[in-house]
Amino acid sequence: MRDIYYFGTCLVDLFYPQAGMAGIQLLERFGARVHYPQEQSCCGQPPFNSGFRDEAQNVAIQQLALFDQPFDLVVPSGSCAGMIKHHWPELLKGTDHEARATELAARTYELGEYLIDHLNVTLEDQGEPTTVVVHTSCSARREMGVAEQGKTLLGMLKNVTVEVPKYETECCGFGGTFSVKQPEISAAMAEDKTTHLAAAGADRFVCGDSGCLMNLSGTLEKRGIQLDSSHLYDFIWERVQ
Amino acid sequence: MNTAVNFTDAAKTALKNPTLRFNFRQAMDSLRERRAAQFPDQDELERARDLAGAIRRRSLNHLAEKLVQLESQCQKNGIQVHWAETPAQANEIILEVCQRHDAKHVIKGKSMVSEECHLNDYLAKHDIEALESDLGEYIVQIDGETPSHIIMPAIHKNKKEIAELFAEKIPGVEYTEDVDTLTAIARKVLRSKFETAAVGISGVNFAVAETGTLCLVENEGNGRMTTTVPPVHIAITGIEKVVPSLSDVAPLYSVLTRSATGQHATTYFNMISSPRREGERDGPQEVHLVLLDNGRSKIYQDERMQDTLKCIRCGACMNHCPVYTRIGGHAYGTVYPGPIGQILNPQQYGIDQQGEMLSACSLNGACGEACPVRIPIPSLISELRHEATRNDQAGTVYGQGALRKLHEAVVWGSWKWIHRTPWAYKAMGLAATRLRRLVPSAAMGPWTKTRVKPALAEKTLHELMKERES
Repeated sequence: MRDIYYFGTCLVDLFYPQAGMAGIQLLERFGARVHYPQEQSCCGQPPFNSGFRDEAQNVAIQQLALFDQPFDLVVPSGSCAGMIKHHWPELLKGTDHEARATELAARTYELGEYLIDHLNVTLEDQGEPTTVVVHTSCSARREMGVAEQGKTLLGMLKNVTVEVPKYETECCGFGGTFSVKQPEISAAMAEDKTTHLAAAGADRFVCGDSGCLMNLSGTLEKRGIQLDSSHLYDFIWERVQ
Repeated sequence: MNTAVNFTDAAKTALKNPTLRFNFRQAMDSLRERRAAQFPDQDELERARDLAGAIRRRSLNHLAEKLVQLESQCQKNGIQVHWAETPAQANEIILEVCQRHDAKHVIKGKSMVSEECHLNDYLAKHDIEALESDLGEYIVQIDGETPSHIIMPAIHKNKKEIAELFAEKIPGVEYTEDVDTLTAIARKVLRSKFETAAVGISGVNFAVAETGTLCLVENEGNGRMTTTVPPVHIAITGIEKVVPSLSDVAPLYSVLTRSATGQHATTYFNMISSPRREGERDGPQEVHLVLLDNGRSKIYQDERMQDTLKCIRCGACMNHCPVYTRIGGHAYGTVYPGPIGQILNPQQYGIDQQGEMLSACSLNGACGEACPVRIPIPSLISELRHEATRNDQAGTVYGQGALRKLHEAVVWGSWKWIHRTPWAYKAMGLAATRLRRLVPSAAMGPWTKTRVKPALAEKTLHELMKERES
């Protein structure tokens, strides 16, 4: 049994806790003992991306201390994993915490990546035949370099057909505070992305990053497009029950 | 010179223009596809980027000495070298040369650095007509516009718009949408100007220190005409364009043309090493090189920001940017649009003047992934956002702290306290989830204008895990 830390992320905590639980249960099913420090909150990406680095740094230092055992840190989000892995060391550069941030970065993984590469999962699909269309977050794709892992997991489900939208690699327009500071540009991007998701003709839209999911499911619903949305790990967990 | 721009309003207007949206989407799709076709092998692409990035880094590491070497080599070759700290100085230098040769009109090859100087306007004020000879530049010039893309200046216009423009602005031209005919019309106008221009003005893609060679990359032959037909050639470029040796040029040229237009090689590649020599039958009698700083040495002094100067102006970052693709180049209101503009303009002209566009980035990373010299554009945008909001005066960029807003500072201050105080964070989670039905849509601000309000869960993950443990 391997011990791992789980960083649930603030968006999962408040909006998609079932997906967070699904991730934990998947990890446990495939041989991990999950540690979930109750003092955890947020990776600090919102203020960091807004330029408020002191605030982000302050919280990062406090959060860093929660993961001091040499366990791998698994995060159900490419974006938050990317923050911890790539931006915490940069943010804490020149401070007493730099070495620990660098050490933690080396053992930080996105959940899908961890399930495939470290737990060698195989998924037994128990569901009815269905088609899903997938959006992969830009952080998972470009920052974490795990663009294919979500699709790989879905591909293990024998009754699930996986589609991708036109302009697959293009941003959905979320971008955290970008969607609040430039709402019109963000909305134009989300509109295009949801049009392409709908055109894929799938039964369901799935996404492994809460921010993109919230942006796109909210836009789909507002536009009256009949396409149900699920968090990737929620969907996978349901299929293997 | 007033350099303040109103980015957000211009972007909103652009988003509502379906023709513009369509023109840019089509053009960017085509440029991206052509680039991708030039790099079928991902490993080869990454190696080419490594090499080109390393050459640019090495060039910058030795910038001062390479510039001195460039100057002395150019002088040995008979090229006159001028240094300009500001666009105003560059303009004066160019005007002086033009006036000395009694120039009434000059012909220009494409040069973004001359756009930085607003050179055409300046010369016009001194009764010198400057005519753009690059077809795209010619189109935007006769329409009184500025380039909307650094490689494809008229990319915002479709064929129909250009046909209408030519019929309206060029005497004796009838409306036609035939591309060959339109090109022939422009060619005819330009040919006569090449023959009579006293001075040709061009940009420079790479200035080779070792040999004093000015390299110019182009497709239309107008660059060669500009630099060889008139009796005087003035090249203008930024001080960062220097590379140490001739062997550095080929790898950079290769990633430049493939990244920019998806061409394996351009139709023309000019290497200018001197004025006309004794016994030679053509070429200009005088060649001048104007090296412009305009904020570059300040960027250079900050190690964090120095990578900005690695840029070889291929435009791939804008071609891959989902924001640029939707709003086009004019919305930025600056000389350089798109991601490279977002990092360059605020540093050159100040965050207070041109920093607003820093918010127009989702940090999706597509520009950084495409950049052939590996400029970490998203990281630099993030770094500049920090400069824009910091209040410690410890930054290095002009206009630091100019975009710090009190309400934002309060929000992030509270955010910090809540997220580092476990009981407060849990209390916030409890309140949000228990009162979820009471949270009004309006609390989400502009988010809910185009999206349904996201549903808060009944219980947080913290609670679910706590329950499981007990």
